[in-house]
Amino acid sequence: MSRVNAFLRALPPSGRIGLALVAFWLLVALAGPLLAPHSVGAFVDQEVFSNFSGRFPLGSDYLGRDVLSRLLWGARFTVFLALGAAVLASLAGTSLALFAAIHGGWVDELVSRAMDTLNSIPSKIFALVLVAAFGSSLTLLLVIPAITYVPGNFRIARALAINLVTLDFVQVARARGERALHIALREVLPNMIHPLLADLGLRFVFIVLLLSGLSFLGLGVQPPYADLGSLVRENVSGLTEGAPAIIMPALAIATLTVGANLFIDALKPVEDKP
Amino acid sequence: MSGAAPARSALPIFPLVAKRVGSALITLLLVSAVIFTISGLLPGDAAQETLGQSATPEQITALRHEMGLDRPALTRYAEWLAAIARGDPGQSMVANMPVRDIIAQRLPNSLMLAGFTALVSVPLALLIGIASAINRGGKLDRALNIATLSMVAVPEFLVATLGVLIFSVKMLWLPSIALVSQEATWSETLRSCALPILTLTVVVVAQMARMTRAAVADQLDRPYVEMARLKGVPFRRIVLVHTMPNAIGPIVNAMALSLSYLLGGAVIVETIFNFPGLASLMVNAVTSRDMPLLQACAMIFCAAYLSLMLLADVVAILANPRLRER
Repeated sequence: MSRVNAFLRALPPSGRIGLALVAFWLLVALAGPLLAPHSVGAFVDQEVFSNFSGRFPLGSDYLGRDVLSRLLWGARFTVFLALGAAVLASLAGTSLALFAAIHGGWVDELVSRAMDTLNSIPSKIFALVLVAAFGSSLTLLLVIPAITYVPGNFRIARALAINLVTLDFVQVARARGERALHIALREVLPNMIHPLLADLGLRFVFIVLLLSGLSFLGLGVQPPYADLGSLVRENVSGLTEGAPAIIMPALAIATLTVGANLFIDALKPVEDKP
Repeated sequence: MSGAAPARSALPIFPLVAKRVGSALITLLLVSAVIFTISGLLPGDAAQETLGQSATPEQITALRHEMGLDRPALTRYAEWLAAIARGDPGQSMVANMPVRDIIAQRLPNSLMLAGFTALVSVPLALLIGIASAINRGGKLDRALNIATLSMVAVPEFLVATLGVLIFSVKMLWLPSIALVSQEATWSETLRSCALPILTLTVVVVAQMARMTRAAVADQLDRPYVEMARLKGVPFRRIVLVHTMPNAIGPIVNAMALSLSYLLGGAVIVETIFNFPGLASLMVNAVTSRDMPLLQACAMIFCAAYLSLMLLADVVAILANPRLRER
């Protein structure tokens, strides 16, 4: 417990705010549906785009559904899809990077070139074509962002690994005759885990933005399910009235990503902090 | 910096640049194979799309044969690649006109939007980045840090919708739809594109500013800066004349990466503002299964990305003579 306290005290105020926001959204994603006052699809209000009120804390949406309930359900899709995709992307990118860095030579050249190729296709275009090819499904929405962000993670992990493999302790391990897998997991990986975790957080932010963008274009999570991006899209006609139904989900995405970003920034080692 | 370099290091630049160009071309070739493969995965094809639901299988087969869709994939890829290299990406299967003409209508719009955004965002990013680097740890730096961090994380449709809400709905200053026509004067065009430019600027400026700050701050820690301060060089001169040439490599790299987003990444902004650009053309091509158009658009985006990266590489080599000796 005292270690947690010390960690919190060492964080700058912006980092604590960020951590609080991320923790809040994780809790909402985990427990949100239990707290939702109405079911996701229930039409509960006679009016559409109603304002904040006691009965509907965040107003009602374009069909008279409770915005708070829809938000509590929607956060679950956004947070878990993005988290899953970020973890997949990091696992794949880091494994490829370790493989390339330890083998070196033409293997490294080949993998790096392939990653460059994947990287030069704009992520949204790539996602659009894949969604058009296979139709939108939750599995696909997990896989597309994962593939899209593998090259970014690969680049960072390879840069870290390539510096580590030249160090003495790796040379010693090689001379001892350790297998490549042992070198990768026991010698190299533990020494690059911190920057990789920060990168995982950044990928999470980018993936939330990509998924919301896709949902906003109508290509993301499909009805009857809705993530935060689809909530913004379906209520876009309430924009002129300034209805909470469009402002709240947009604000939810922004607080989640800004919070994650502030927290990760506060974790950076002191020397490259502002 | 580069002016002071001895003449002998000027020679090896050309082979080095040629090597980079060659490597970019190879990547482009790989990209073309990926694009061709992925677009082959799309269910249905243009023959089916043109004839509609009521067509008999025989009709579809006949049209497919006429369009050359029934030949082996490798033959079609080779022919397509040769045609692209000649600058003729073929006939649009849905609009029934040359892809080149369709793209010729849209590409100038996209380039204009990207150009204006770059014109606004690059100086702004340099300003923010340098201002926070020289005030490191100060109030201004911390404020700018939180501002840029938040801007990186805000979805672009939020920026766009807020912009519409404030400037078009509440204040009635700017149109919410970007109309671009041949007859419009420059000022009319600028006015109608103000919101898209504003949105894209918010999207790209933060990353560029953060990289600029990091690159300049890194140089300010070097001994040569301390030396210059000790001998009494004005601080403004140290930043602009001494550190900038050394920081320019990473800065240009970050800028190329951000600016490459302006062509292919503008999908959402183009959709919201109904802007007739290349990215929304490509979305239409995806929905109508118009392969030649889709492939040509994708090639343009990837080529633009690769040329920006190449440009950044060459600038970095020119700015740092040490890179030439490898």
